[in-house]
Amino acid sequence: MKPTDIGNPEYFHKVVDCQWACPAHTPVPEYIRMIAAGRYSDAYMVNWRSNVFPGILGRVCDRPCEPACRRARVDKEPVAICRLKRVAADFKDDIKDRLPQAPVKKNGKRIACIGGGPASLTVARDLAVLGYHITVFDNGKTAGGMMRSQIPKFRLPDSVIDEECDYILGLGVETRFNHWVGSLKNLLAEDWDAVFVGTGAPRGRDADVPGRSEAAANIHIGIDWLSSVAFGHVTKIAKRVIVLGGGNTAMDCCRSARRMGGSDVKVVVRSGYEEMKASPWEKEEAVHEGIPILNFLVPKEFTHDSGKLTGVLFEKVRAEYDAKGRRNLVPTGEADVHMECDEVLVAIGQENSFTWIERDIGLEFDKWGMPVLDPKTLQSTLPRVFFGGDAALGPKNIITAVAQGHEAAISIDSFCGGRDVAKRLPPMVNLVSQKMGIHEWSYDNQVSEEGRKKVPMKSLESALKNINLELELGFDPRLALAEAERCLNCDIQTVFVPKICIECDACVDICPTECITFTRNGDEAELRGRLKAPATNIDQALYVSDTLKTSRVMVKDENLCLHCSLCAERCPTGAWDMQKFLLDVAHAGAEVRRT
Amino acid sequence: MTYLAKPRLLLADAPKNALGYTRRDYEGAISTLCAGCGHDSISAALVQACFDLDIEPHRVAKLSGIGCSSKTPDYFLGNSHGLNTVHGRMPSVLTGAALANRDLIYLGVSGDGDSASIGIGQFAHVMRRGVNMTYIVENNGVYGLTKGQFSATTDLGSKNKRGVINSDSPIDLVALALQLGASYVARSFSGDKEQLIPLLKGALRHRGAAFIDVISPCVTFNNHPGSTKSYDYVREHNEAVNRLDVILPRDTITASYAAGTVRRVVQHDGSVLHLRKVGDDYDPTDRIEAMNHLHERHALGEIVTGLLYVDSSAEDLHRHLNTVEKPLNKLGDAYLCPGSKALDALNASLR
Ligand SMILES: Cc1cc2nc3c(=O)[nH]c(=O)nc-3n(C[C@H](O)[C@H](O)[C@H](O)COP(=O)(O)OP(=O)(O)OC[C@H]3O[C@@H](n4cnc5c(N)ncnc54)[C@H](O)[C@@H]3O)c2cc1C
Ligand SMILES: Cc1ncc(C[n+]2csc(CCOP(=O)(O)OP(=O)(O)O)c2C)c(N)n1
Ligand code: SF4
Ligand code: SF4
Ligand code: SF4
Ligand SMILES: [Mg+2]
Repeated sequence: MKPTDIGNPEYFHKVVDCQWACPAHTPVPEYIRMIAAGRYSDAYMVNWRSNVFPGILGRVCDRPCEPACRRARVDKEPVAICRLKRVAADFKDDIKDRLPQAPVKKNGKRIACIGGGPASLTVARDLAVLGYHITVFDNGKTAGGMMRSQIPKFRLPDSVIDEECDYILGLGVETRFNHWVGSLKNLLAEDWDAVFVGTGAPRGRDADVPGRSEAAANIHIGIDWLSSVAFGHVTKIAKRVIVLGGGNTAMDCCRSARRMGGSDVKVVVRSGYEEMKASPWEKEEAVHEGIPILNFLVPKEFTHDSGKLTGVLFEKVRAEYDAKGRRNLVPTGEADVHMECDEVLVAIGQENSFTWIERDIGLEFDKWGMPVLDPKTLQSTLPRVFFGGDAALGPKNIITAVAQGHEAAISIDSFCGGRDVAKRLPPMVNLVSQKMGIHEWSYDNQVSEEGRKKVPMKSLESALKNINLELELGFDPRLALAEAERCLNCDIQTVFVPKICIECDACVDICPTECITFTRNGDEAELRGRLKAPATNIDQALYVSDTLKTSRVMVKDENLCLHCSLCAERCPTGAWDMQKFLLDVAHAGAEVRRT
Repeated sequence: MTYLAKPRLLLADAPKNALGYTRRDYEGAISTLCAGCGHDSISAALVQACFDLDIEPHRVAKLSGIGCSSKTPDYFLGNSHGLNTVHGRMPSVLTGAALANRDLIYLGVSGDGDSASIGIGQFAHVMRRGVNMTYIVENNGVYGLTKGQFSATTDLGSKNKRGVINSDSPIDLVALALQLGASYVARSFSGDKEQLIPLLKGALRHRGAAFIDVISPCVTFNNHPGSTKSYDYVREHNEAVNRLDVILPRDTITASYAAGTVRRVVQHDGSVLHLRKVGDDYDPTDRIEAMNHLHERHALGEIVTGLLYVDSSAEDLHRHLNTVEKPLNKLGDAYLCPGSKALDALNASLR
């Protein structure tokens, strides 16, 4: 193998598993250390720059970082990255004076953001500080999009949404609420320099089976029902409720129903329990709240008594996998199952809907009805129009919407400045030694051996009584410290200087996971097999040095490293050093760091 | 110097041996030696060897003298028996322990000062007697613990850190062990675990006195240009006579060797030593050839390593003395102390 080019920012970025997995590339270990040090406001600002909604995401993020977390390779569970983010939001001081300000003198460019969800708000934040005049259109009363209209208040209270949306609106962003944009053509006729479409994926899929129209009065589309609940238009539900679907929307539906009078609520899903789309923790919560999840059942008919819903008839299926590994649900041949109920919530999928975009304005759509976009710049075939969030690539989650908002803002800024949109800004990277003395590092390298801490919760009894009562209490500072200590500091990189290595093996012997090997070079696949601990995770890189005196090379499997610094402590010559790698992805309008 | 303890976190798929132990289960306390000390590599090699051999840690007794090298038993096999004895006196304590309880595996760990300087007398006799043990000298050519004075193995002409040249003749412990009747004699280098681990495994499965001289650089006092025990010097002058694979009776043999490139030696317990040829054919079962080879190569300035001599039919001290099979602690009081009547009878028989 060729020697590793550690000068390429991607190399060390990939080692920081959580940051790499985060769509917005939040520097996670950096903020976790700040939390451990009690620097909550600093931790909040690190988050705010990257992901805009730390308080919201600290409660409801889909947390793609956690399945990626290195800790889970040596422990039962990953670091509670998401809930630590909430700690920063909960215990921070007033941070208003740390927020950037929009310049008084505007740059003369006007941008329309359609939709008031996280994607549009991110674009607004990034561009407002650069002096753009931003106007946000939304058909709702306030900002937040689906964060406000869909996510139940027991997971995400309005006060948190208000606070974090206001930080952005406070940058002099103009809002046109209660304003439905009915025609993109008409909007484009006004003189906007660029238009950002962040309108989400607002349509819930329906269950098209017999009895649907007859029993319509007691059958609701999940996301429509949830928004009625969020805005207080619906306040109760019948006792016996069936929720169809296995995603997070189904979980929010059933848990909301439990809080609104549903005493016999069940979730029925086509797939197996394991393959359900819902996050594992959402499923756990539902089960914890006494909601059974029944699987491998496909709805066949809504039964009713002259229009009054009586139940749902299900066909029993099992999963079969074809040669390509694709799943097919085939009937088992057993008798159908009838379940009685009074109301049904249909949560079987979500779709985009661009009825308000004319098809003759030069903006192309693909055969699935999605806009044709450049995946990197998010520019549509109409150069002035950019997309982001659920509107761009279908329903995902808040953090993806934020990440795309950042990217779109860079594109819009380049576009308005007459620069090449395809040319992207490089990240800000910094690599600094953490050595402070013999066996002394500027980070706490002693690895905690404790298990993941549970977030304290309100009693189930009180939680089920009030749908607006936030269930989780969040970590207190002591739990937060214990959890923060579980982080392995994956951004503190092991940097190897072959020239001064005397090949004494001290680092090899001390490494707790045996990730360092001195051996003759070879091609990657072969080399991976003959390391001290075979490197089986091919998603993780091998760090290969220049050839050493004995004509061997040093090979380190990044997959296994605990970043404990023991190699550097043991090295007699300082050939290993621990260096902090900080990467901030480029943002339009990134202000100078103050922390 | 203090170090953090190794975190106990383990990968889910960390390998386990036949006893269900991971390598980590064979480690000891965190080492307090200087960073880069060759002795730590030897500890790591011992951990690997005991792991590979599925040795039950509680069946090992580690005995050592005084010195940095003699401290190392604290840093491996944390669940085994062991003690530091007096400087240079480990062999007699080990001999006594071995006589009292033949069921344990005896590991003598010493330094060049401990064995070749103050302990040379005890070293000679433990080899002569054929005590069933693995005796390791972690040889750095200096008294590391007392700050780097020349030891009895320092080569003539070797330079110390301040530039003083050694003018005394060195003792070659390998030559001594060969002469004194050790039945498994090897030399290795702490920086070459591929060689060292199999040599340790072969020694641990040998019956009789097994001796390994492991050159183990002292990074702090003897790793400079001019020293003949530095990492660089040893690497440049190392000439292996063979490479060893230890095959246990339970193993299926997967390695294949070209004809005439390997010698097989079957030990008393059924373990097989495969000695792969390196360069000239070398016969490790011929004590005289071993001694000749050693002296010839030494004269050329080479450091001869590998398995230099093995006698797989060797007997040990217990057989020589015709001792009782059972360890003394299992014999019971009545048997060990048969009372005054038995004594009277014995005395009467001698009158
Ligand atoms: C029930 C449910 C629970 C969810 N839970 C989570 C969760 O826990 N964590 C998570 O990360 N994600 C969750 N999501 C997904 C998340 O809410 C979305 O991915 C995210 O809000 C998308 O952001 P966005 O900015 O693209 O659009 P949205 O948040 O959907 O915002 C779009 C806004 O545009 C408005 N709009 C649409 N068309 C027009 C128009 N023509 N004119 C004016 N306004 C318009 C809409 O009314 C809406 O307010 C959940 C989604 C649902 C349905
Ligand atoms: C009876 C006695 N004499 C002298 C000493 C001082 N002393 C301690 S260690 C040592 C030399 C150790 O050298 P070596 O065995 O080579 O071990 P190393 O530290 O080099 O590994 C000496 C002379 C002592 N502890 N006891
Ligand atoms: S251990 Fe810490 S730095 Fe490493 S992936 Fe997990 S949260 Fe990120
Ligand atoms: S501890 Fe240092 S000098 Fe020794 S092998 Fe490792 S990197 Fe090289
Ligand atoms: S003084 Fe020498 S022998 Fe002793 S621990 Fe340090 S390097 Fe090793
Ligand atoms: Mg010594």
